[in-house]
Amino acid sequence: MSESLLMKGNEALAEAAIRAGCRFYFGYPITPQNEISEYMARRLGEHGGVFVQAESEVSSINMVYGAAGAGGRVLISSSSPGISLMQEAISYIAGAELPCVIVNMSRGGPGLGGIQPSQSDYFQATKGGGHGDYRMIVLAPATIQEGCDLMATAFELADKYRNPVMVLGDGMIGQMMEPVVFPEVLDATELPPKPWATTGAKGRKRNIISSIYLDPEELDAHNWRLEEKYRKIRESEVRYEVLHGDDAEWFFVAYGTVARICTAVIQRLRKEGVKAGLIRPISLWPFPDEAFEKVADRAKGFLTVEMSTGQMVEDVRLAVNGRKPVYFYGRTGGAVPTPRSVERRLRDMMDGKVPSQTDYFDRVGGAK
Amino acid sequence: MEKRVVFKEDHCKSCELCISVCPKKIIRLRTELNRLGYHPAYVSDEDQEKCISCALCARMCPDAVIQVWRP
Amino acid sequence: MIPVYTRPKSLTDVVTHYCPGCPHGIAHRLVAETIDELGIQERTVGVASVGCSVFSYNYFDVDFQQAAHGRAPAVATGIKRVNPECIVFTYQGDGDLASIGMAEIVHAAVRGENITVIFINNAIYGMTGGQMAPTTLVGQKTTTSPFGRDPSTQGYPVKISELLSTIKGAHYVARFSLHNPANIQRAKQGIKKAFQNQIEGKGFSLVELLSTCSTNWGMTPQNALKWLEENMIPEYPLGEFKTGEGE
Repeated sequence: MSESLLMKGNEALAEAAIRAGCRFYFGYPITPQNEISEYMARRLGEHGGVFVQAESEVSSINMVYGAAGAGGRVLISSSSPGISLMQEAISYIAGAELPCVIVNMSRGGPGLGGIQPSQSDYFQATKGGGHGDYRMIVLAPATIQEGCDLMATAFELADKYRNPVMVLGDGMIGQMMEPVVFPEVLDATELPPKPWATTGAKGRKRNIISSIYLDPEELDAHNWRLEEKYRKIRESEVRYEVLHGDDAEWFFVAYGTVARICTAVIQRLRKEGVKAGLIRPISLWPFPDEAFEKVADRAKGFLTVEMSTGQMVEDVRLAVNGRKPVYFYGRTGGAVPTPRSVERRLRDMMDGKVPSQTDYFDRVGGAK
Repeated sequence: MEKRVVFKEDHCKSCELCISVCPKKIIRLRTELNRLGYHPAYVSDEDQEKCISCALCARMCPDAVIQVWRP
Repeated sequence: MIPVYTRPKSLTDVVTHYCPGCPHGIAHRLVAETIDELGIQERTVGVASVGCSVFSYNYFDVDFQQAAHGRAPAVATGIKRVNPECIVFTYQGDGDLASIGMAEIVHAAVRGENITVIFINNAIYGMTGGQMAPTTLVGQKTTTSPFGRDPSTQGYPVKISELLSTIKGAHYVARFSLHNPANIQRAKQGIKKAFQNQIEGKGFSLVELLSTCSTNWGMTPQNALKWLEENMIPEYPLGEFKTGEGE
């Protein structure tokens, strides 16, 4: 292990990717993740890697398809509108079973939206943003150190399952600075071989990378084979953190930046004797249903807090399955929930009231 | 007799492009159908000697049906 | 007996799905002959596009990737950057390359990407049933220009070779036709040059091949080739637009 460095999230993730053996990066400028591209442009060459700035997100993700199919350890990064443009190729990558890591430092939408942090890409990331029956592993760090650690995990999972993996951050994770410790640079030449890659058919039968199956029986078989792979991922790759799981009665459910805010609120509430806890999904897909199984019987209620109008809360409701009340509080567009407003929602819930979904409804006296 | 022009008749789609470029006009379509349902092109045994091995038919064929030899 | 013409070994031994008389088969054969002659079968990687040539990976006995519609040059870029020793070519039609994939082909040329592009121009969308392409001639009837392409609302044909030859990063840009054996032979020379350039690291090479779609043009294969010669060549003049000489 090397010494602790103070680094900006985007740059730290880029460095973590290089240390995890990533040697190919394809990007296109979009705020708030440009430091990843800029870092790769400066540093990837030192490690014998290749940086390409494409003409669009559409092109960059298709370069990823080609490079991943050729056996490279490939990273791409963008932010929400750019990730939307990539959905077609992400579907192709999943269909052709190619490994790659996609970073989304998400910003507020819909449309051009804004450039401030947001979590409104949860549906797109976890429910299949592109067409067809496919799944993408989605990992959501809450700190820069965790983002760096997850970057290595993401490349390993991508190779292991031959599947795209998304590291879903937000503008806050990308832009803030924190101390981070990196592992040594992984020797990219010692990565497991990829005998399926299109490297030239020397001494073997030709390799074909494709996602087209015009025969319905063949496509059906392909889809169910993929589903079997996704089932294994659901069984083996669930990641989450629970705070005060042993005694908490009131649970926040939050990921990424918002989980940090909830953690601060829990510390304050606990000083006043409130048994508050947190379920923090780290893998957004596969969603950590088991975390809820462990506490659902004892818990009195769940408050899901997101920087969206309510996306992950749908998975929380599925996991809780009607056993206990599940409420939602959210801010969007770059507005970040304040500890005070989060605490007020939890206290409302404890008092048997339905917490207001957002500060906006408080101001306009709108829907409860 | 060794043939100068040989057709992989199972692959032929009777597009007749070979017929259109043959300077000796010796390529014909069979009346029988091949397994694809086309009348495959061929050169009869007696016409093989008229072939000048120019290979224009082979260079025109979209289905790589034709191979050509010369004595 | 001495062989004059034998089947290229870089072609697989299967019947193609192409219609009778479709010049895709001729273009495939020329590419396969080139791969054989240059001795690069074991390091060639092809990129199939979307359209009739979507299944071209079934017909070449080399590694292949199938790309999304229009994105073959981006996919080829990814392959080439990972394995520069591989010889990477895309095989694209005019709907794929000249319409939805215009950005990808232009910028692959701008970057001087060291790849080879085989571009089939038959002035129509074949696979989807004969719709108007950006390359459709003025007045040409298609299912989406049923009264003939009208320039006042549908514009004029796009000339890819002329357009790309204005790009400094493009090393070799040439247009040939597949309508008779003499022109097919010239096309072969151009294709070979386009692959040779890549082997020598000279950068982006594109060969445009004028072709037909007898099914969707509603003609016999022979009449379609005649129509190509009489109508397409005046609009799309043949020749080498950029040869990289003197640069």
